[in-house]
Amino acid sequence: MIDVDLAKSDLRSLNSRLQAVSEGSNETEWRVLNPQGAHAVAVGLTQPIRVEVQGHVGFYCGGMNQMAEIVVQGHAGPGVAENMMSGKVRVTGNASQSAGATGHGGLLVIEGDASSRCGISMKGIDIVVKGSVGHMSAFMAQTGRLVICGDAGDDLGDSIYEAQIFLRGKVGRLGADCIEKEMRPEHMEALQSLLDQAGVEAKATEFRRYGSARKLYNFNVDHADSY
Amino acid sequence: MCGIVRLYCTTPEMERKLGDYLSSMLIEMTDRGPDSAGVAFYREPAPAGHVKVTLFAGDSDYDWSRLAADLGEALGGDVKVSRHGSHAVLLVPGAFEAARAYLEEKHPALRLVSAGDTIEIFKDTGLPEAVVEAFSLRQMTGTHALGHTRMATESAVTTAGSHPFSTGMDLCLVHNGSLSNHNRLRAFLRKRDIEIQTENDTEVAAGYLTWRLREGDSLEEALTAGLKDLDGFYTFAVGTREGFAVLRDPIACKHAVMAETDDWVAMATEYRAIANLPGSDQARIWEPAPSQIYSWSRS
Repeated sequence: MIDVDLAKSDLRSLNSRLQAVSEGSNETEWRVLNPQGAHAVAVGLTQPIRVEVQGHVGFYCGGMNQMAEIVVQGHAGPGVAENMMSGKVRVTGNASQSAGATGHGGLLVIEGDASSRCGISMKGIDIVVKGSVGHMSAFMAQTGRLVICGDAGDDLGDSIYEAQIFLRGKVGRLGADCIEKEMRPEHMEALQSLLDQAGVEAKATEFRRYGSARKLYNFNVDHADSY
Repeated sequence: MCGIVRLYCTTPEMERKLGDYLSSMLIEMTDRGPDSAGVAFYREPAPAGHVKVTLFAGDSDYDWSRLAADLGEALGGDVKVSRHGSHAVLLVPGAFEAARAYLEEKHPALRLVSAGDTIEIFKDTGLPEAVVEAFSLRQMTGTHALGHTRMATESAVTTAGSHPFSTGMDLCLVHNGSLSNHNRLRAFLRKRDIEIQTENDTEVAAGYLTWRLREGDSLEEALTAGLKDLDGFYTFAVGTREGFAVLRDPIACKHAVMAETDDWVAMATEYRAIANLPGSDQARIWEPAPSQIYSWSRS
């Protein structure tokens, strides 16, 4: 275990060290102390290492992650795991807006609530939120899965493409072109596997599925009122 | 950009250190707002039958003792005055309107910054650290306070254009964001005798709240009406004698985070401003939802 105390070491040197870990290195376990709300903690990692951040972080923690497993013991500010490519990011507290924005892959687990625009423009990432999400979540979501164990704010899945949304609680109002869809056995199975992988105790049978009505992909004058 | 910080104490120990904590929070938000900074402190109620007034004079050598003597003579009582950098806090006997009328007539160059029972507003151009220094903010005690660091967008960098803006007795407003319909709204409010001193958009929002409150709205009603009438993006923090309120616009893209422990409630644009508070590690932390009024007050 390698400890880096951000009260004594600066952020840039922490990120440089984490990014410099080479393939096959035995420096696989890291602990970051006293993040004090710093932005861009543990971003741009490319190796399968584990980084545990003990405390609350600011913006963009775990951004652009590839293969690493990052655990934030606390709250994460806006844009946690933004543009993640692969690997895992787990937040034990709540997350501010735009969690997992534009993520291409990997798994983001938020044990508390996520704020607005969770999974905005997601492109393949899986996001599992144990609590609720704010308004405009999965806005323009392209692919990947957003799983919400609690409730969702207004305009869920607005202008969604082919991402899938699984919701256990209530939704305030669905966004444009987002509809409820049939939960077939294959969805049930895939969702249960994802919940298990995320370490979230929930039954897939309790969820409903939402996705795109596919009316807004291209401009169609017959649908002008829906835009 | 711009940064907002706000701290509300629930223990006497925190109240004694309010200025120190708030100053650190303000300085942490320097890179969000290096143009000017300001604070509102709620502290030391004015004696019975008095109003506490904060004034700003452009001249740092301004003779406040002389002003206090003249004002006391005009109002028929003693006026206590204490200088805080370019500002002064006066304890004025009698009704506020009489003092205000006197100041407007005899000292039109002085700017009224705040008035009320406990509120004191200090603000100036420059880095937050310089503002903390100029007003000796670290020594301030009080029950609660809010602060703002400004990155100017809609109007010039001046003391008058700095936040917080007074919106009435013991009320003030700070704002992160910008409003797009402030010109028309300014004209609308001026027609209704709401005084607006600058071209600043936030001052219009403050004037709007002053107008709604004058028309009999509660603070909550005034803020709810603002959701419809104020076009733009904003996180507002309103200071009141008893506490404060927070409101974000319906889209809520301007950052805000709230944190609460048994000893304090805080809000800031970014969590790092809160990180230095005692016990922040164990605080309950969340982002305030859009269009929802959060308020705290002493019961």
